[in-house]
Amino acid sequence: MSKLLKVDRLTTRLRNGANIVDGISFEMAAGETFALLGESGCGKSMTALSILKLLPDGVENSAGEIRLGDTALERLAEREMREIRGGRMAMIFQEPGLSLNPVMTVGAQIAEVLALHKDMYGDAVLVRSIELLTQVGIPDAARRAQEYPFQMSGGMKQRVMIAMALAGEPQLLIADEPTTALDVTIQAQVLQLLRETQQKSGMAMLLITHDLGVVAENAHRVGVMYAGQIVELATREQLFAKPLHPYTQKLFAALPDAQRNGHTLAAIPGNVPPLGSIEQGCRFAPRCDRAWALCREQMPELFAVPGGAEVRCHLYQATGGGKNRSATATELKQTALAARPESNSQNPLLQVEDLKVHFPIRKGLLQRVVGQVRAVDGVSLSIAQGTTLALVGESGCGKTTLGKALLRLNQPTSGQVYFEGALIEGDAHRNMMQMVFQDPYASLNPKMRIAEILEEGMAALHIGNDSAERQAHIDELLDKVGLARDSKWRYPHEFSGGQRQRIAIARALAVSPRLLVCDEPTSALDVSVQAQILNLLRSLQQELGLSYLFITHNLAVVEYLAQEVCVMYLGRIVERGTTQEVMRAPRHPYTQALLSAVPRIDGAGRQYVSLGGEQPSPANPPQGCPFAPRCPQAMAICSDKFPAMTHAKGGTHGVRCHLYSAEPN
Amino acid sequence: MSFMPVILWSDALVFLLIAAIVAAAVHVRKREHLMLPWKRVARSSVALVSMLVLSVFLVIGLLDTLHYRAALPQNGSEKVYSPEVLSAFDALVGPLRTHTEKTYSAPFALHLYAKESMRDAQDNVVREYPRLQYGGTHLADEAERDMDVLQRALVGMLAGTLAGVMLSWLLRRRYTQPALTIALVLLAALIGTIMNLSAAYHVLGTDKVGQDVLYLSLKSIRTGLIIGTLTTLVTLPLALFLGVAAGYFRGWVDDVIQYIYTVLSSIPSVLLIAAAVLMMQVTIDTHPDWFDTSASRADMRLVALCLILGLTSWTGLCRLLRGETLKLREMEYIQAAQAFGVSSMRILSRHIMPNVMHIILIALVMDFSALVLAEAVLSYVGVGVDPSMISFGTMINGARLEMGREPMVWWSLASAFVFMLVLVLAANLFADAVRDAFDPRLNRTEGQA
Amino acid sequence: MIAYLIRRILYAIPILIGVNLLTFALFFVVNTPDDMARMQLGIKRVTPEAIDKWKQQRGYDKPLFLNTAADSAGIFTDTIFWHKSASMFVFDFGYSDDGRSISYEIAKRMGPSLAIALPTFLIGLVVYVSFALLMTLFRATALDMAGVALCVLLMSISGLFYIIGGQFLVSKLWHLVPISGYAGGLDSFKFVVLPIIIGVVGGIGSSSRWYRTIFLDEIGKDYVRTARAKGLSELRVLFTHVLKNAMIPILTGVVVVIPLLFMGSLLTESFFGIPGLGSYTIDAINAQDFSVVRAMVFLGSVLYIAGLILTDLSYTVVDPRVRLS
Repeated sequence: MSKLLKVDRLTTRLRNGANIVDGISFEMAAGETFALLGESGCGKSMTALSILKLLPDGVENSAGEIRLGDTALERLAEREMREIRGGRMAMIFQEPGLSLNPVMTVGAQIAEVLALHKDMYGDAVLVRSIELLTQVGIPDAARRAQEYPFQMSGGMKQRVMIAMALAGEPQLLIADEPTTALDVTIQAQVLQLLRETQQKSGMAMLLITHDLGVVAENAHRVGVMYAGQIVELATREQLFAKPLHPYTQKLFAALPDAQRNGHTLAAIPGNVPPLGSIEQGCRFAPRCDRAWALCREQMPELFAVPGGAEVRCHLYQATGGGKNRSATATELKQTALAARPESNSQNPLLQVEDLKVHFPIRKGLLQRVVGQVRAVDGVSLSIAQGTTLALVGESGCGKTTLGKALLRLNQPTSGQVYFEGALIEGDAHRNMMQMVFQDPYASLNPKMRIAEILEEGMAALHIGNDSAERQAHIDELLDKVGLARDSKWRYPHEFSGGQRQRIAIARALAVSPRLLVCDEPTSALDVSVQAQILNLLRSLQQELGLSYLFITHNLAVVEYLAQEVCVMYLGRIVERGTTQEVMRAPRHPYTQALLSAVPRIDGAGRQYVSLGGEQPSPANPPQGCPFAPRCPQAMAICSDKFPAMTHAKGGTHGVRCHLYSAEPN
Repeated sequence: MSFMPVILWSDALVFLLIAAIVAAAVHVRKREHLMLPWKRVARSSVALVSMLVLSVFLVIGLLDTLHYRAALPQNGSEKVYSPEVLSAFDALVGPLRTHTEKTYSAPFALHLYAKESMRDAQDNVVREYPRLQYGGTHLADEAERDMDVLQRALVGMLAGTLAGVMLSWLLRRRYTQPALTIALVLLAALIGTIMNLSAAYHVLGTDKVGQDVLYLSLKSIRTGLIIGTLTTLVTLPLALFLGVAAGYFRGWVDDVIQYIYTVLSSIPSVLLIAAAVLMMQVTIDTHPDWFDTSASRADMRLVALCLILGLTSWTGLCRLLRGETLKLREMEYIQAAQAFGVSSMRILSRHIMPNVMHIILIALVMDFSALVLAEAVLSYVGVGVDPSMISFGTMINGARLEMGREPMVWWSLASAFVFMLVLVLAANLFADAVRDAFDPRLNRTEGQA
Repeated sequence: MIAYLIRRILYAIPILIGVNLLTFALFFVVNTPDDMARMQLGIKRVTPEAIDKWKQQRGYDKPLFLNTAADSAGIFTDTIFWHKSASMFVFDFGYSDDGRSISYEIAKRMGPSLAIALPTFLIGLVVYVSFALLMTLFRATALDMAGVALCVLLMSISGLFYIIGGQFLVSKLWHLVPISGYAGGLDSFKFVVLPIIIGVVGGIGSSSRWYRTIFLDEIGKDYVRTARAKGLSELRVLFTHVLKNAMIPILTGVVVVIPLLFMGSLLTESFFGIPGLGSYTIDAINAQDFSVVRAMVFLGSVLYIAGLILTDLSYTVVDPRVRLS
């Protein structure tokens, strides 16, 4: 097969010296999908931008060759390179919301490419733009072409980006985390569109992602990147059958799922090293539990092992010491933890009844209330002592609003919350429930020392009699979350994302709460760090008997951590039950679609339930069942009446769907 | 005691300001993360050089702030003090202040700029340019002047350079930037030259009533600095408290504060200042009994002007802080504090205020030069400082009237121009460096280790 | 749209009432009319009769807010507040100290003010934006650095010196145009050309630098990278993508001053002897003619609020996301 793209020893560096991309080489054939897999900061996006020669100011390409077909890109002048960009090579980006020009119609933005690369003018441009928009699955394309990006949803914008990329009929499409900013059902739509387009047009795709699942479902071949280098290069089958590099193995082991429920995840200790910090030896050596002296002295080369895959690791080189070690160490370390407590408690710790949070929409001269955003619209749930309830849903379904309403960070419109059977009103419950937030960079005040951050809650709730007592408690907390005691004199900016999340957990624990509301606590973290935090949360639960309300969109985390699950859609809970029930035998069409949309690494042929459209606005929810307009199994009654909760045998598995109503009337 | 210290209102406020700055500096020095942006400032040689220039101005301004009234020679037991309020600076430059000619004279001139009737040796009345009373009187022969100027300039420059080199040698541990060393030596040489020359000549000429223009220019510095800094004493608390309160509490508090600043900012600022200053003038003029010396009267007018400038210019910063607070209050660390039931006052003081400080600092250093420039314009319009107070505005105003004179009297304008330009340029460059170092948008990558 | 306009104008009323009360307080409460009379007539030798006469001539002899001596509506209407402040809402500004109608003067002087201010504004905008675009195009090169350095230098010079220097060079040294004065019709060209040039040059520093910052902000955004990835040239990226988006923040600062152009410039008009509103204001300040200053304050805020409404309207032109409803 002829090679379409050949990247040879590509090196990209900051103008002050540190190499961001350090000697990357790979090849791509026409029609092939090659995935660059890696965690944040490993240089995968910079590789893509280097290929297009679109590096930001202060970053430059310092060495290497890039060949597209017969053209040596590194020798092209800027003018010639412009012919290639958008023509033979196109790119789509991570944030569709920011990547489109907000003040130009999408039609005009596509037309620009057509005029530039296809020499089209006048009506032909319009016809072709509409054709392209139709091709990427935008309904009513003629009208949509006249619209501005702000009038479209996130998934729609990414489709427009794809249409724009396709306009130049590229041989190579570079997709930089094309679905990371999208919800899982939309991600499935967009990935499917990309696969279909690729089949039709035969273009090659360079897929940049951090998500093993996305790789498993889309890539033909994979390059695993770490700290600016490719550490493993293999076909998809090889990689998923037998990952070679210790880093890749760890990445797999760090993924939470049901099989690992009850076990500690194999977290990679430490963090991705800062750029240019490791001068000699293997970049992964400091975090690798199988590294030996050679790893710290000599940088391993990327070389082929029997079977065809290539790996950058001394373990596989024909040096005596390494082989023995690898044999023993390939086994993943799995420590079974003590059996988790049964959710036996008949008296739930937290009970929520018909909670509603509505935000008024004000309009007009006198700011009259003309409508309500029904963010949370009648939710009831309960959490038992020492257990985890996962609240699952896509962005905008009201799950975070619900969590914050429990802590009175926003005022519930109606409904009751009981804590150990007692009705909660006002501020009295502040020491019983606490929250861990999503973004560890935004949840710690950059101007306060760690000790001050941890002490704040204790001081506000009058916990601890004097400063000495509180300081002792702070030391204890830091031990608990696995941070050094002297870190309390430091400031948040000195810590990495994962460490900050540990601090945030310590802060919440400072007032000894019984329940933690965890709002997507790992979604801003890399997979390897996510595992550390999940392990920590689990061991804390066992040690302290904590209950968690775990808010997430990541279904794999749910399976790993939760005993019970509530699935939320547009402000309401549509399905509830134990993790087994909901994840293994979902009943609600939405849950089924949600689960089928998650790309899986086991490659198990799943039944993909395609879900059209996107979640409607909670300011203007559809009549009847809110899911009806998107539901593949909708009936007449669905757009009429909101279904009641129907419980299946045993009574734990409930679903709000007319399909299961005893007597649809 | 041969003198009586006088603390004018503006002096007291300056001392207050210095105390505040020292306290802030002590606070910052103890905290590594607060020092970080300042270290970035110190890394920029432009910032260091402009700071050096600014500190020369500051020293002059501060010396000029230590006021006193000299004791008059008196026979009786009771001491009587002169009604004239002088400053340490006046005492230092002594002759510069007292060597007053009759009227205009050009820089380095030996003669007045206007002819006068006088008697020559033969006792005939002739119209001649009379010899100056002080400028270059040591010369026996007027033809020697150029040589003498050159000689004095060289000696002064040499002495200055020497002092500069010594100073930078003393500072070698702390500051190693070559740009700073060069600037220090050059500046010292310049100061040395001017000092040596001004002992014998009017380096920048004299004005209409014969006052030395160099003296006037140096005295103007204090006025400019006071306007540029004291105004912030008014602006800062208003903008900070109102802006942060509006952004954090929202609701009716926000409505009221927004209403107030919309009303104030809807009036064109020059007009609002003019109206307020006119009214202030009426008050001062109708109460002559409030002031014991003319200096204290002029000073009160200066303080009032700062007050008015402050009251009319806080709206911009307030709006900025309101916007930032609106953003901050949605930050998760604020919500975390709210989840503990931390009181609003504590959230404002511990969480919000420390995180808007960089905006305040940037706004203050940026405003400084704008205020110095505004003083000149306002004084020209007639709503600035008291006409008896020496300032760049009054200098320009006085000199402008002589624009039409042939040949032109250019030196007053020129020196006001140069002094203002240097002051404002240095302030602007320093402000830029501070903004670059403090603006979180400009150094996102740093500090996230 | 119409509904929006009506609402905005209704919003403006409380603001104007605030301005009105503020000026009233400033001019009549901080100092009593007696104080003003004493000051105008000379502090030392002033008789109570002279003060009364001065107040009567100007209508300041009435009570401030409530006239208890008057009957029915007169309680409110026969007061200083009603005559001097409330009347401004119908643009009845009364008479200046020299007995002329202020409204008439304003109408007469707007023309000359506009003859200077409008061309200065338009030419300035074009020059500043072009200069800023140039610096942006050559960003992070020596040319850009030099441009920024020039801007900082220019903005460190007092506006007074631009005028004085310009007058000295162009009029006095080169005798190209008269130093000052004004004439109607086509003759006005030789009188307005210098003030306009000086006005434009005086603003280059701060405005160009500000626009440059806006352009650089936009250039860092993701959609610019998308545009480049399409293969557009740097010039086209700058003109079709960046400029369009940068118009939004630029308009915020620019449109609001358009109505205020009527007020002219205090400095320029007084230096060049242009009989516009700026010199009218400055003369009033120097003569301490409070009625005129009061009128100008009110007029200024009316125009400013008009500018705010105009700004909102202009957004609908450049930003499709803004719909006025």
